[in-house]
Amino acid sequence: MYEGRYSMNRPDKESESKPQLKLEFKIGEKDFSVAGDAASKVKKTLQQLGLKPEAVRNIAIIVYEAVMNVIIHANYGQLKVIIVPDKVVVLTEDTGMGIPDIELAMKEGYSTAPLEIREMGFGAGMGLPNIKQCSHKLNIKSQVGVGTVLEAIVYLSSKN
Amino acid sequence: MSSYFHSITLDYEKCTGCTNCIKRCPTEAIRVHGGKAKIIGERCIDCGECIRVCPYNAKIAVTDTLDKLSEFKYKIALPGPTFYAQFKEEKNVENILDAFLNIGFDDVFEVALGEEVVSFMTRHYLSTNKYKKPLISSYCPAVLRLMQIKFPDLLSQVSPFMTPREIAARLAKEDVVKRKGISYKDIGVFAISLCPAKVTEMKQPMGIKTSAVDGVINMSLVYKDILKQLTKNHKKEKGKNLQKATGIGMSWGYVTGEAKALNYGSALAVCGIHNVVSLLEEIERGELKDIDFLEVRACTGGCVGGPLSIQNPFIGRVKLKYLVEKYRSKTPYYQEKEMLDFYQQGRFISTESILPRPVMVLDDNVSKALHKMERLDKITNELPGLDCGACGSPSCRALAEDIIRGLAVETDCIFKLRERVQTLAKEVLDLARKMPPAKGDDPSKEKGR
Repeated sequence: MYEGRYSMNRPDKESESKPQLKLEFKIGEKDFSVAGDAASKVKKTLQQLGLKPEAVRNIAIIVYEAVMNVIIHANYGQLKVIIVPDKVVVLTEDTGMGIPDIELAMKEGYSTAPLEIREMGFGAGMGLPNIKQCSHKLNIKSQVGVGTVLEAIVYLSSKN
Repeated sequence: MSSYFHSITLDYEKCTGCTNCIKRCPTEAIRVHGGKAKIIGERCIDCGECIRVCPYNAKIAVTDTLDKLSEFKYKIALPGPTFYAQFKEEKNVENILDAFLNIGFDDVFEVALGEEVVSFMTRHYLSTNKYKKPLISSYCPAVLRLMQIKFPDLLSQVSPFMTPREIAARLAKEDVVKRKGISYKDIGVFAISLCPAKVTEMKQPMGIKTSAVDGVINMSLVYKDILKQLTKNHKKEKGKNLQKATGIGMSWGYVTGEAKALNYGSALAVCGIHNVVSLLEEIERGELKDIDFLEVRACTGGCVGGPLSIQNPFIGRVKLKYLVEKYRSKTPYYQEKEMLDFYQQGRFISTESILPRPVMVLDDNVSKALHKMERLDKITNELPGLDCGACGSPSCRALAEDIIRGLAVETDCIFKLRERVQTLAKEVLDLARKMPPAKGDDPSKEKGR
């Protein structure tokens, strides 16, 4: 189950010129359809906002891969996509097994996905490297046995 | 060019204002206003979904008529393989092609020949490995227009070659110039088609400046006449040997045909506009990079499922498959060497790039667009979420968008209207209970005074 909910935060009048849009999705265990769904909903919104195709594509990939990671390695989590005029932040938080060695996890082809997941064609160890490639900034905080917080930022210059 | 031509138009008289079409449109290009459907021109991709779904046949495809033939001295019919699949009885393509000569055409050239050429050139192009995987077929104009609107980032992956129809038209004209010495501009090439998107494509070509196809004629305009000729000519007649294409080219008429005709690497074939949308979404996310080629068709079953087909697409497919097998081992008309020349000369490579058409954008300024999105979300949340379509927009979200764009008002929603009426009724009731002081009770004074 997931909920695609659009909400808007505008703390005070001063930020009138700096609007912010937040898209939130809940991610349940083994709920594989959420990843594609969330990616395509985010994509549609970004296109309506007039973002350049390349930025839209990159963000859609980040959303998809980040959500897939939650689905594969955690049992519950959520996705937030925050859009302000000059950047888009993709944030996933999960209560999962955590990542013991982030540097290792960033390596292409390194995967700890269980066999059944790999048999489904997922978990090839390309998720995090892909996210890194598509974002300008990537922060991962993780604690083994507690969970992982991933924050990827894509800056929107006038070019993209 | 001021306005965008569309083949798909509304038969105003027949439209009852029902909401079947607005729900089915893949680009949310239709609204019902004032009891009639309205097609938003800039969004329409001429896929023909609305033609299929309309119970009143109120969606029609405008094509050229046979009158246009008179504008040219020498007229060439350009039937695609899908046309062969429309005849239940006839099993000889030769006879179908011959029949064109008796109904006002001077010559016939098969689109299937162009298809063979494209298969050859694409195979060579794929073997260079200088492209982004998967290479996406440039064949289906409805899919290309869909990509312009929804998948602009994938346009760079579209095959660089012109469509088989375009190539066939050019080859047909060159052939007649060479054989008969007729000047190029006196030759008219007329595609016989089941596809409204191809009509639009001819008038506003993608990838090239102007099309060599001079007209696209709805197949049903010639079907009866051809059928008459076929039943008449069943006795053995001369036969002009116009049939040149092999089964390989003909197989493009149904989905998987193009992919298999390539006979190279791994290829994937997808049909049905909604399936195409979800597959392109995957590709946009960077999936399916191990696939060399992607065949995409807006219509279920491929071109045999064209909105203007007479035959059921599945029966058409069986029929066409029979023909493909029958003509499979025929000697190709164009020799390998000739086709390699075509490829190396680059004559059939698109000259114009296909540009994105961001028609869904709320505002050119991102900040303003964000503000509009905020209002859009707010309105969407206040709407009932039934997506009933009674407002004339395909969904509650689409209505909210229309409101933001100034094309609709909140009370177009019957539930919102009902709320308003309720509030008003309550007010009216409250007011009705009130009496003017002269007549009514005056609570400050004692009764009967």
